[in-house]
Amino acid sequence: MKRETMIWAAIMLLGAGTLIWRAAFTTNGMGREYVRAVPVGNGQWNRYDPATYDDYIRSESANPNQREYLLSIPRTICLWIAAFFTIAIFSFLYRDNPIYKIVEAIYVGLSAGYWMVIAFWDVLIPNLLGKVWPTMIQKWAMPGLSGPDAKRDFWYLIPLVLGIMLLWRMAPRGDWIARWPLAFIIGTTAGLQLVAYLHGDFLEQIRSSILPLVVNNLGAFDFWASVENLIVVVGVLSCLTYFFFSFEHTGFVGKTANVGIWFLMITFGASFGYTVMGRIALLAIRIEFLLDDWLWLIDPLHRHTR
Amino acid sequence: MRDFLEQQWWLVVIVLGSLAPLAAQFVSRGFLPTLRTLDRRWIFLLMFWAVLVPIYFVGVTGRTFPEIPGALAKATFNEIEKLHAGDPVLIAFDYDPSSEGELSPMATAFVKQCAEKKLKMYFMALWPVGSQLADATIDDVLKSDFPNLVYGQDYVNLGYKSGNEGVIKVIVTNLRELYTTDSRGTPLQDIPMMHGIQNIQQMKLVIDISAGYPGIKEWVQYAVTPFPETIHLVGGSTGVQAPQLYPYVPRQLPGLLGAIKGAAEYEKLVIDKYGGPHPNPKYLDGLRRMGPQLVAHLLIIFLIVMANILYFADKRRESRS
Repeated sequence: MKRETMIWAAIMLLGAGTLIWRAAFTTNGMGREYVRAVPVGNGQWNRYDPATYDDYIRSESANPNQREYLLSIPRTICLWIAAFFTIAIFSFLYRDNPIYKIVEAIYVGLSAGYWMVIAFWDVLIPNLLGKVWPTMIQKWAMPGLSGPDAKRDFWYLIPLVLGIMLLWRMAPRGDWIARWPLAFIIGTTAGLQLVAYLHGDFLEQIRSSILPLVVNNLGAFDFWASVENLIVVVGVLSCLTYFFFSFEHTGFVGKTANVGIWFLMITFGASFGYTVMGRIALLAIRIEFLLDDWLWLIDPLHRHTR
Repeated sequence: MRDFLEQQWWLVVIVLGSLAPLAAQFVSRGFLPTLRTLDRRWIFLLMFWAVLVPIYFVGVTGRTFPEIPGALAKATFNEIEKLHAGDPVLIAFDYDPSSEGELSPMATAFVKQCAEKKLKMYFMALWPVGSQLADATIDDVLKSDFPNLVYGQDYVNLGYKSGNEGVIKVIVTNLRELYTTDSRGTPLQDIPMMHGIQNIQQMKLVIDISAGYPGIKEWVQYAVTPFPETIHLVGGSTGVQAPQLYPYVPRQLPGLLGAIKGAAEYEKLVIDKYGGPHPNPKYLDGLRRMGPQLVAHLLIIFLIVMANILYFADKRRESRS
């Protein structure tokens, strides 16, 4: 057996042993989910709301025969699957491996399936079929979707036809038919966004950049506000100069463009810093999940301890 | 700290034990040669411990790191604070579980402040899972801590609508064109707090919690810009998106919470005013998550400095040779 395989086998066995010890031989244990049974429909059946171990223990102490708070086997299995998937995805940091590949494939498949369901139930049904055949859709799938007085709106047949035309590109012949709806989508999106960007970004940003360099606040000179405005104005002008290629970047123009580069670099740095913060937050929430929800090593919300 | 180290000695042993081979390399091969050929997996391991240990420390001790609210967090807080009881507020949950770590603390704090101010809350989502996340926040904050608030009278979840910025463009002038029911399927005409609400220009404030597209940018472009007098927007965003949104501050976006740092600052303001002497730990998620941020950032700064030292040392060696 290779040395590396032996080390990995030892780490896995150690990890598995620790989990078994923690789950079976510690006071609180780990990795269990509890639910609260709430009777509905005149007590004919139960709805299961999430509950905590703390709720369960408190209820058991009061009445050992209670049936309100229960261990949920399906939720517990899901919790362990989530923990396994998290660790499996992290395993890629060491090296690409079969477990990572399997989990990645499951994730991609789940994601595709999820978006397909969303597209069907949240787009096609309410936005298209619910408009063309409202009564039928309300009876079959979504009661109350368009209200009791819903009328058929035959204008929605146009997007239906365009949608069918878009799918035509998968047909063996006549794939050019798909270009028409595509042209419509591109044209509409471009038109909508052009106005929004011109109005919301271009014009508003020009307006926001025209700032007084000497700021008077309640009649007194506000030094820091003036510096802030000066930085904004110098930053905008120098960055614009950097992207202005009609003059050679020499002399005054070159120096201003260099200042622009500094501003751009600081912007990229700040942007990268924010991205790092976001990525660390993502890692932190996964580790928090492993330590809190799964291993019960920490309990900031007092869910596992009395 | 000393008590923590004494009680959790095993964690110290595991961390130091896992890094022992790296330390041995530094000792046997020298500092710069080891750094030059450092396997990236050591950096991953260092980052793992830099995030895990503070989470564990904060989780066990219950302590959080000190936080001083910045100008933007204060501006966001004040925009909500100046509203009056009964004012309608639209809260858009434009994110999904992948950014929950950063954005759910903001969402929780926003809803708490709105509930404390007795505002009427209209929840909606432009992201498919946003509606469920809104329900989770409602359960977590409103149902558990404000049981006197009634669904349909004090808050309503209008649910998810597909169409991205198209939805915003429609509901700024006609909400009922797209929304005929709430997320539970109840017709709007049967919901008391929807009576008289025709469009979102009637909202005193729009709060968007955004993880990308569609999000704050689209709300600025399609709601605030065409109706600057009637629609006022504040929001919270992920770290990745935040730099794109700063140009909108303060004219188009008076308040913005950027990433977990913004969430922690805002949480501090909300807790200081409404948390009482012993705030519920669920309102301290952002403050708790700043612990790993601090240590991980220090590690990154250290690594950048080390990489620069290595770069200049190599350059000097090359120029000599």
